[in-house]
Amino acid sequence: MANEFLNNINEFNLKEKYLSTNPEDSENPVFIKSEEYVNKDAAVQEKSSHEKSAIAVSTTNLSVWFNDKPGIENVNINIKKDSVTAIIGPSGCGKSTFLRALNFMHDLTPNAVVTGEINILGKDITEYNSIDIRKKVGMVFQKPNPFPTMSIYDNVISGLKLNWGHKKGLYDEIVETSLVQSGLWNEVKDRLKISAYSLSGGQQQRLCIARTLAVKPEIILMDEPTSALDPISTAGIEASIHDLKKIYTFIIVTHNMQQAARVSDFTAYFYLGKLIEHSKTSTVFTKPKEKLTEEYITGKFG
Amino acid sequence: MEAYEILANPKNLKRRKIINIVMLTLSVVSGLVAIIPLIYILFYTTAAGISSLNLDFFTQLPKPVGEPGGGIANAIVGSVEIVGLGSAFGIPIGLMSGIYVSEFSKSFFANIVKFVTDVLSGIPSIIIGIFAYGVIVLQTKHFSALAGGFALGILMIPTVTRITEEMLKLVPISLREASLALGISRWKTTLKIVLRTASGGIITGMLLAIARAAGETAPLLFTSFGNSFWSESIDSPTASLPVQIFNYAISPYAEWHQKAWAGAFVLIALVFIISLIVRLITKNKFSQSV
Repeated sequence: MANEFLNNINEFNLKEKYLSTNPEDSENPVFIKSEEYVNKDAAVQEKSSHEKSAIAVSTTNLSVWFNDKPGIENVNINIKKDSVTAIIGPSGCGKSTFLRALNFMHDLTPNAVVTGEINILGKDITEYNSIDIRKKVGMVFQKPNPFPTMSIYDNVISGLKLNWGHKKGLYDEIVETSLVQSGLWNEVKDRLKISAYSLSGGQQQRLCIARTLAVKPEIILMDEPTSALDPISTAGIEASIHDLKKIYTFIIVTHNMQQAARVSDFTAYFYLGKLIEHSKTSTVFTKPKEKLTEEYITGKFG
Repeated sequence: MEAYEILANPKNLKRRKIINIVMLTLSVVSGLVAIIPLIYILFYTTAAGISSLNLDFFTQLPKPVGEPGGGIANAIVGSVEIVGLGSAFGIPIGLMSGIYVSEFSKSFFANIVKFVTDVLSGIPSIIIGIFAYGVIVLQTKHFSALAGGFALGILMIPTVTRITEEMLKLVPISLREASLALGISRWKTTLKIVLRTASGGIITGMLLAIARAAGETAPLLFTSFGNSFWSESIDSPTASLPVQIFNYAISPYAEWHQKAWAGAFVLIALVFIISLIVRLITKNKFSQSV
């Protein structure tokens, strides 16, 4: 399964090269657009290789309050670009609360108050409006939530269609690219027009990832993306994350410590609304600095 | 261990089986009782009405008593006109207030809207007729289809509002979050995701409101009044099926009673056809999967 997926990615890369170097194609308006689109990828990639150590998300004294009770308190964290950061901790410790603060999802919760500073991609979060920030910071949820009234195809392009109104010629390209990236293309390429609800849970979740990728965010938040899935689907999604972290920054909330160890470069441990430890994954799992972290990862509680 | 013994005890098993049979029988009987009146109405109206149906009934104006033939063409057209006016007035207001109450109801005002629509849905239709009489007929000094449509529209608002609200609340929050997280604006999320997902139920609610309005007699008695001829415009007295049926039915003539049955059959058939057409037009490819 993973091999098949990697082949997909390679095919996709070849296609990208072909598209961006073949001059003949540029006469076709559809391909000019494709090229721009692909070049955006390339630009992101290039930029990221220059600023390999740059910071994607940085917070200063970030607190979120629900009805005057703190969900998270004074979180200070710097999350590196083009890396995978896992957020672990027992239930109710503020992992999801932290994640949802990064793309204004707390707007939806009445009585939620966010204080402190958040810096996203070098700009203070207050400089973005909620639509711009969500285009830059995509999100995948715990339960797969494709739009039930739409086909697989329409689900993937929903973010573009309802936002920017791209020309139709570009859609096919984006659908294929996104589905290849999320590892679903081979399973659905012959039936893109069927209802998204006829897919299995794991396929639906990969469709949701494709839908998020289609908007071309730079940071992708994942809130326990595989907790409702079987091991094979989980492996597929982890493989996608592993391949995509070259061009995207991932922040993953997970209850599964093996998963954190498998996919992440950095791990942050939250406990009772506070950030206890944030460091390289290998360090956190082998030589944690804090006693609380050690107790959690060794299974003493949680 | 104890629970296992109770299960295995043949006396308990027998008692449970008996209760099961009794309850199942009661449920089936209740189900039958619920559908018998509907089936009876349908069959009786069809049997009594269909014999006096002919082409003239749909194309001719009513004839005076004693003259054979004649139809209720003006009442059919009038009913469609008045219900159309009512829908054009009541459905948009009901739909939008339902969206407001469900999607943006953090305010005190939304609770007031909810409470008032609940009260409004309990007001007898004749009172709404009198209200429309006071607001429109007394001001314009004549009966009109417009006044009838206004009364039916007010009658439809609470039904459409409540059903829209209920249906939108059934759409899981996760879909709204998914849409917003893609950078889709709030209003497009509401329109293209939430409303579309709930569209099946909302359309059913609208049809219910239209069907109820089409059968209302009381609010039309002193608004659109009735007319034995074609009405000149929507600003003049207009015949409608329920009022025409009512007038025929309370008359002392047997041939007019016969026409009342035929009119009743046409009214039921009309509502049925409208539902069918709307369903076919708005059928969503994936609506079964919702």
